[in-house]
Amino acid sequence: MSRGPFENIAETVQEPVNLSRRGFMRASSGAAAGAFILGFGLPTRRARADDTKSPKFRGTQVPAFLEIRPDNTVLLQSPFIEGGQGTFTAMAQIVGEELDADPETFIVENAPAGDEYTVMDSGMRITGGSMSVRDGYAPMRRLGALARAMLLQAGAQQMGVSVTELTTQPGYVVHTGSGRTVRYGDLAHVAMDLPIPDPAIVTLKDPSQFRWIGQPVQRLDIYEKSTGKAEYTIDMRVEGMLHAAVQHAPRLGMTIASIRNEEQVLNMRGIHSVHHLPGAVAVVAERWWHAKQGAEALLVNWAEATLGTAETMRVMPSDFSSESYKTHLATASGKIDDAETKGDTEQALQKAHTVLEATYSSQYVNHAQLEPPSALARYNADGTLDIWLPNQAPDMFRADMAKRTGLDVEKITIHSPLLGGFFGRHFLYDQANPYPQAILLAKATGRPIKLIWSREEEFLRDALRPLAVVKFRGGLDTNGYPVALEAISATEGPTEGLGPKRGKDLDPSALEGLTGKAYDIPNRRISQRYIQSPTALGYWRSVGNSMNDFLYETFLDELADKGGKDPYELRRHLLRGNKRLTTLLQAVVDLSGGWKRGPFTAADGSRRARGIGMASPFGSEAAAIAEVSIEQGQVRVHEIWEALDPGSIVNPAIVEAQINGAVALGLSQVLLEEAVYENGMPRARNYDGYPILTLDHMPRVHVKIVESGEKMGGVGEPPLPAIPPAVANAVSTLVGRRIRSMPLSRHNFQS
Amino acid sequence: MDLTINGVPHQLEIEPETPLLWALRDDLAMTGTKYGCGLAQCGACTVLVNGQAVRSCVTPIERVAGASVLTIEAIEQDDLGKRVVSAWVKHQVPQCGYCQSGQVMAAVSLLKQVPHPTDDDINAAMLNLCRCGTYNAIRAAIHDLASSPENKGA
Repeated sequence: MSRGPFENIAETVQEPVNLSRRGFMRASSGAAAGAFILGFGLPTRRARADDTKSPKFRGTQVPAFLEIRPDNTVLLQSPFIEGGQGTFTAMAQIVGEELDADPETFIVENAPAGDEYTVMDSGMRITGGSMSVRDGYAPMRRLGALARAMLLQAGAQQMGVSVTELTTQPGYVVHTGSGRTVRYGDLAHVAMDLPIPDPAIVTLKDPSQFRWIGQPVQRLDIYEKSTGKAEYTIDMRVEGMLHAAVQHAPRLGMTIASIRNEEQVLNMRGIHSVHHLPGAVAVVAERWWHAKQGAEALLVNWAEATLGTAETMRVMPSDFSSESYKTHLATASGKIDDAETKGDTEQALQKAHTVLEATYSSQYVNHAQLEPPSALARYNADGTLDIWLPNQAPDMFRADMAKRTGLDVEKITIHSPLLGGFFGRHFLYDQANPYPQAILLAKATGRPIKLIWSREEEFLRDALRPLAVVKFRGGLDTNGYPVALEAISATEGPTEGLGPKRGKDLDPSALEGLTGKAYDIPNRRISQRYIQSPTALGYWRSVGNSMNDFLYETFLDELADKGGKDPYELRRHLLRGNKRLTTLLQAVVDLSGGWKRGPFTAADGSRRARGIGMASPFGSEAAAIAEVSIEQGQVRVHEIWEALDPGSIVNPAIVEAQINGAVALGLSQVLLEEAVYENGMPRARNYDGYPILTLDHMPRVHVKIVESGEKMGGVGEPPLPAIPPAVANAVSTLVGRRIRSMPLSRHNFQS
Repeated sequence: MDLTINGVPHQLEIEPETPLLWALRDDLAMTGTKYGCGLAQCGACTVLVNGQAVRSCVTPIERVAGASVLTIEAIEQDDLGKRVVSAWVKHQVPQCGYCQSGQVMAAVSLLKQVPHPTDDDINAAMLNLCRCGTYNAIRAAIHDLASSPENKGA
């Protein structure tokens, strides 16, 4: 996909008729919307496409990423999508640092699909796995440095001086001798004709000279998001557009047998047409409200999945219940595959002084992001397709659309507006995204279609965080210290879930958090008993760690109790010699004012206790302490202290916000959330049946960011996994019995 | 149906039972007010009707005929609304931002009625859901507003 120099003119025809984010940002940044803005380098971009194409240096095609406008603002095409995690601001900080342009002057958009925007080491382009800043850091710095070098070169030509006599100040090229300055915006048209310098020899700043990296730079999107001006896919609108709503088959795999009242619905007010889709009926109308009423009014006879359907997609049986599925997982036999082993766990367990066995379980959870999924599809007169949709991987989605439509990828233009929350919701999940339906409807009606899934349809088709039942065995020596730990998890991982068949190797996202623990237990075996779930599975913030660290860390406390050890002292013991983690553990204990397990009586007279959880997710390290009490039989979390070591960071304010967000989601999971299935269907179809954390239950959150200088790790997901076990361990201490499952709202703590 | 939105009269040829949310979004192209649940559960659709926070997703337009409806699009035309927005920016409240139109409207409504809210007042009034976990920033922004010298109540 190329963006030619006249794109801004074409845009007035092709972009949504409501003021697009881009149009808005441009207007608000002082440049006239629709003005002829010449970015540098655009006409020659293709010719140079291969100049710097080497896996070693991804993301070096400066003109594809950057447009410096006459008003000195910088339009950056970000390889990573903004969904609340602050990545647009972080990218502006990183590029701006080396470009020498204030991040405040940046306007950031999600880049279109295209190889030139693939910057990740993996060679993929996704926003996920808490990888944006850690994978984007090096290429985005390099990108800024290359652009600065081009501007310096252009400045030398314009001033008629040697480039060695020039330097920059934010937004300006400066002639050191005379003090003359030229704005970047006035050099862009000169820089356009210059070759991109060799990325291998471009000079980067010494970190001691950083002006913006490491600072709590304000986010670029806050004002728009505080005034309703930020636009999401659901807000998009194009000329001639119709609205659509769907009613899905109650269970995956079912198809339409017949519709009993199609004529009547067609005659309802405002209805344009009724459509039969794979596993769904759709109603198209001039207004979404009419479409939704029509879709809900349709009386459909659904046919059970036909034989063989299960080979290509998941089929949900009519008698499936998540509760009995847990029993099934707990009692299942079958092959066990080892994911991580050390020593001889079986022998160590036989020789152990004490052996503790316990079964723990997690639960299915929904994404429940506030923006319901939608997609806007438009076939153009020339046969090309434009589509607006929430997504965490534009190239993967475009490839899928090409497969579905038979169009070449070049004929499909993907637009990726801001995400109204994602948490893993917007990956390529078969049956869980509205865009295939929107494309079919646009084709069928010959009109642009905006399809919005109602909240009820979203809860019916959301891809769930897997559930696992884990059988633990732990062996203690005569002193009460763990010498062996075995965890056998009956589960299916989210990556396995995409199959829908199992891959050649174990799915690391099934067991992460049981695997990869730092504790020095000499004999251990972490294994999976793969059992396919009938529910659609997906990635959920912190993925396997979101449940596995709960399972492991609560069992570890149970082992500590059994051996008569304090859980904090036991962790210190198991981490002895590990400087990074003992530092981190000490940091969170210090932050909380010293370790105080309880139970104790707080100033307000309530009985309270504290618990610890630790996790090593997504390249970072986390340690958390929670303080809880019981109010009317339910858990109240009063305080969370969390220390996070992501190695090094770009924006401490955003990191702190992400820790708050991860704490909230971790608490929501451990306290409240469970997607319960009965008779093959989710019991909850809206927030009334699926409560999530509310403001009145948000505890105080105390944050300590530890920059150990180790390799940069993730930030968005890593603070979550330590929270559920910290809470559950505190509750176990308070009530005097072990908690082995989530959510805590299903336990009765009435004394 | 005659509606006054942000001081501007509109005549809409739609059924009186149409939820205000969809009249705003689909007929008036005012998409700052968000759809989240359709059940008055999440609060993303909150607008002010005669100064009171109302869930527009369950409010038929016939119920607001003749009333004064204020949406997020005009929130800065309201003195208190402008200060709430400033506090949201100062405290860097939003993350994904999708629920924040509703959060801002709910905060404006609270502060209009209770200029100096306690934590309990905030708990009772700020029922809007946020999946990104901006709750502590919201609470801090409201307390900050309540303690500012400009705050005399409205």
